[in-house]
Amino acid sequence: MRLKGLIVAIAALFVAGTAHAEMKVKIGVLTDMSGTYADLSGPGSVWAAKKAVEDYAKMSKGVTAEVIFADHQNKGDIASTIARRWFDTENVDVIVDLVTSATALAVNEIAREKNKVAIVSGAASSDITGSKCNANTLHWVYDTYALANGTGNAIVQTGGDTWFFLTADYTFGHALERDTTAVVTANGGKVLGSVRHPFPAQDFSSFLLQAQASKAKIIGLANAGADTTNAIKQAAEFGIVQGGQNLAGLLVFITDVHALGLQTAQGLIFTEAWYWDMTDENRAFAKEYAAANSGKHPTMVHAGVYSSVIHYLKAVEALKNASDGAAVVAKMKEMPTEDKLYGKGTIRADGRKIHDMYLFEVKKPEESKYPWDYYKLRATIPADKAFRPLEQSACPLVKKS
Amino acid sequence: MSAPANSISEQAGGAVLARGGESAASLHRILILIMIVALIALPWFVYPVFLMKVLCFALFACAFNLLLGYGGLLSFGHAAYFGGASYVAAHAAKVWGLTPELAILTGTAAAAAMGTVFGALAIRRQGIYFAMITLALAQMIYFFSLQAPFTGGEDGIQSVPRNPLFGVIDMRDDINLYFFVAAIFLGGFLLIYRIIHSPFGQVLKAIRDNEARAISLGYRVNQYKLAVFVLSATLAGVAGATKSMVFQLASLTDVHWTMSGEVVLMTLVGGMGTIFGPIAGAIVIVSMQNYLAQLGAWVTVVQGVIFVACVLLFREGIVGVLSRRLRLPL
Amino acid sequence: MFELLGVPPQALFGQLLLGLINGSFYAMLSLGLAIIFGLLNIINFTHGAQYMMGAFVAWMMLNYLGIGYWPALLLAPILVGLTGVVIERLLISRLYNLDHLYGLLLTFGLALIIQGLFRNEFGSSGLPYQIPQSLQGGYNLGFMFLPMYRGWVVVFSLIVCIATWLIIEKTRLGAYLRAATENPALVGAFGINVPRLVTITYGVGVGLAALAGVLAAPIYSVNPNMGADLIIVVFAVVVIGGMGSILGAIVTGFGLGLIEGLTKVFYPEAAATVIFIIMIIVLLIKPAGLFGRTA
Repeated sequence: MRLKGLIVAIAALFVAGTAHAEMKVKIGVLTDMSGTYADLSGPGSVWAAKKAVEDYAKMSKGVTAEVIFADHQNKGDIASTIARRWFDTENVDVIVDLVTSATALAVNEIAREKNKVAIVSGAASSDITGSKCNANTLHWVYDTYALANGTGNAIVQTGGDTWFFLTADYTFGHALERDTTAVVTANGGKVLGSVRHPFPAQDFSSFLLQAQASKAKIIGLANAGADTTNAIKQAAEFGIVQGGQNLAGLLVFITDVHALGLQTAQGLIFTEAWYWDMTDENRAFAKEYAAANSGKHPTMVHAGVYSSVIHYLKAVEALKNASDGAAVVAKMKEMPTEDKLYGKGTIRADGRKIHDMYLFEVKKPEESKYPWDYYKLRATIPADKAFRPLEQSACPLVKKS
Repeated sequence: MSAPANSISEQAGGAVLARGGESAASLHRILILIMIVALIALPWFVYPVFLMKVLCFALFACAFNLLLGYGGLLSFGHAAYFGGASYVAAHAAKVWGLTPELAILTGTAAAAAMGTVFGALAIRRQGIYFAMITLALAQMIYFFSLQAPFTGGEDGIQSVPRNPLFGVIDMRDDINLYFFVAAIFLGGFLLIYRIIHSPFGQVLKAIRDNEARAISLGYRVNQYKLAVFVLSATLAGVAGATKSMVFQLASLTDVHWTMSGEVVLMTLVGGMGTIFGPIAGAIVIVSMQNYLAQLGAWVTVVQGVIFVACVLLFREGIVGVLSRRLRLPL
Repeated sequence: MFELLGVPPQALFGQLLLGLINGSFYAMLSLGLAIIFGLLNIINFTHGAQYMMGAFVAWMMLNYLGIGYWPALLLAPILVGLTGVVIERLLISRLYNLDHLYGLLLTFGLALIIQGLFRNEFGSSGLPYQIPQSLQGGYNLGFMFLPMYRGWVVVFSLIVCIATWLIIEKTRLGAYLRAATENPALVGAFGINVPRLVTITYGVGVGLAALAGVLAAPIYSVNPNMGADLIIVVFAVVVIGGMGSILGAIVTGFGLGLIEGLTKVFYPEAAATVIFIIMIIVLLIKPAGLFGRTA
């Protein structure tokens, strides 16, 4: 009897010991696998999340993670259903990527309800850390304010002072138009008009015609992905640039430049948070990514998924517990971020990660020396100036003094 | 009807021969009892949110079947009532702060109003033209939903609150909500059952089988058709409004014409003109969508294959085949 | 210059011209649908998917076989038309003695299958297809800049539509077709192979859809969803024009494109719904459609 009790006690200690030494978490990559945004996020984000888990395992054995993924097809209701099912029945602890602002906002709400974690790398709306912020969500890579601030400022100051917007008719498009309008008018420019196009759209001819009729110097494209590339191609068809107007891509990714080709895309100016050819670490990452993704190169969103997963795992290990989402997020805000892609950074009270933003210009075809050598750096916008100042934030989590 | 032999309305009548009488009624009573027991027991074995989705779509399919199977009218625009009610209910719960039962009633009222107006327009024509008019009207609702500020366009109405039922019962608990939804489903289903087996239902079947004779017997055929259209639209509205309460979201997917196509598929697979068919169809289709979700676009392909197979080989549907074997109406 | 109701003429004519271009696609697609419905009494829901297949075959020919736009304009419709023939022989012909709403359901299912398969293979974001060298550039018409390719689309569609109408109304083959619609048994008794006629007709209708797809490939990016929402509008066009009427389909197609363009100028929010409103009005007043024959 006594021996049996002893064996059981030792066994219990053993189990308790191992349980303490290794935690398991489950990461869900919820993204657009085959639609308008599949190239800038999609399967690449899944790869990035898995890579982050692999790299973390080399640094520490404290936490192991499983990565699953699903396609939300850019629809809020599909994203909600998957998120709900993942949190309720599949023990997912954190959802990452979340491209398309409508899905990000829907999932953030569910993460708050279920006290889990959502880290947005793909979506852009500044409302995610503004009026719709919550204690379970982080916004990692960029937002509409940062884009408007970078691109809008740069263009108005070089003479583009009358604008006409071509806007994707959903949260993201509206937010981008709103934030850019604010920057344009603050710099003394004027917005002559705007038109909303369905998301996603195939034919921009009637909208481009209206933009031409407005005679604005700059046609601002408040959309992304295939919508932006289609609009740019069709603008070329209608001779818009020959007619003296310029296109401003407000959100452009390296995959868009690749799809357009340097001949069409040269001279485009826009703001991004990360470029593969800036540091040796970035280049190494890009090389591995390209090998696994048919030669394509990673965008800032893919780098963001990598970075956010690393930081999440660090926070969970430090906290020794992944079940309380709000606590994990608080820990993530407390710890400064550091990873090989984004370097050092911090996360603010409103959930916004802060890092430098960069103003790029697309090279001319003759300036490009090797595949995917597309950008030249025009300016660096320091972290403290790039994002909406905390005092102006509409987020209820930010204590106003 | 000068249409070829196997018209949809005749098919909808089912190949069932005998009326069944007593044995049919007792079989139905047993089935309904089994259904009630299953409804009570299932949430402990199956994810309640999934069950609620099945129940909402089952009610939607039953409502649609009332019009197609018993009224003999193929509407290709039922998403308008389903989705329209879900928008109105979501708005009522979120912006006006109504409790779920009131929000659902508001949504249903909107669906009933649409059903009356659209029905009055559509029933003037028959067959393919009837279907086209219902489709056109549904498309108008879709584009209206796209533009109107209150629907939120591409984003939909999000974060619809789960207010407490009757002001007291907490609906944020999935189990509580489940029983509320199960009660709604059961109520709707029993109502449809009652309608089918009432004198009104008998006249409907007469009109469906031989409109000319029904007219010659003095029945105001158009009034009956309009009545069943409105009933079908209203119950579809109940299903849609309930769905927006469960998922806390109303979106364009609910008013898109592919949603109209899905409910036709559910009814076809389950068995047109049978009582329990639409439920079976809803279970099959929703489950398939759920379990194949990982495969993305394959779901569309599988749905298409099921459609084609049913139309070519399997027109009676699952319950239709069972019904023929048992020689009893199901 | 004058302003019509507060709208400058450039905007007006520009949108009208764009509307005419859209109308070309409506006309060609509804032409195919009208032919198929006129003879087979089948409402071919697969038409949108077949339009999409035309665009994809052109793309595949360019990217896998190096075959350019001009040959594709001929080859793609033939290839897709052949798939249409297979579908008709294997599947649709089994439904001829049933209510034609079953045909609608069958072709709806086929459309889902085809679209799903292409979406799996190619993703949803669209593939680029270059405007052919000879048709690049454009003309400055004063009120707008007209890309040459879009002008070509209008001209080519008009030619195809008029040629088809002439064949059906003025030739012997067309006469057989029209007779077979009215009385297949009698026409069969005269020794004409009616089933084969029916199969060929379906193939031709599908080929017309695919031709529209090839025309669309350079301007609307080639993606699996391109036919899905278009098909609903095309149905409305066919119903307004009169379900079996060739002339009705052509006239209504171009006409509705123009009306849509006009609406975009004065009341853009209603641009998508105006076609359906017109359809409901026409169905209630003249149920057989504007040019329809049987009431």
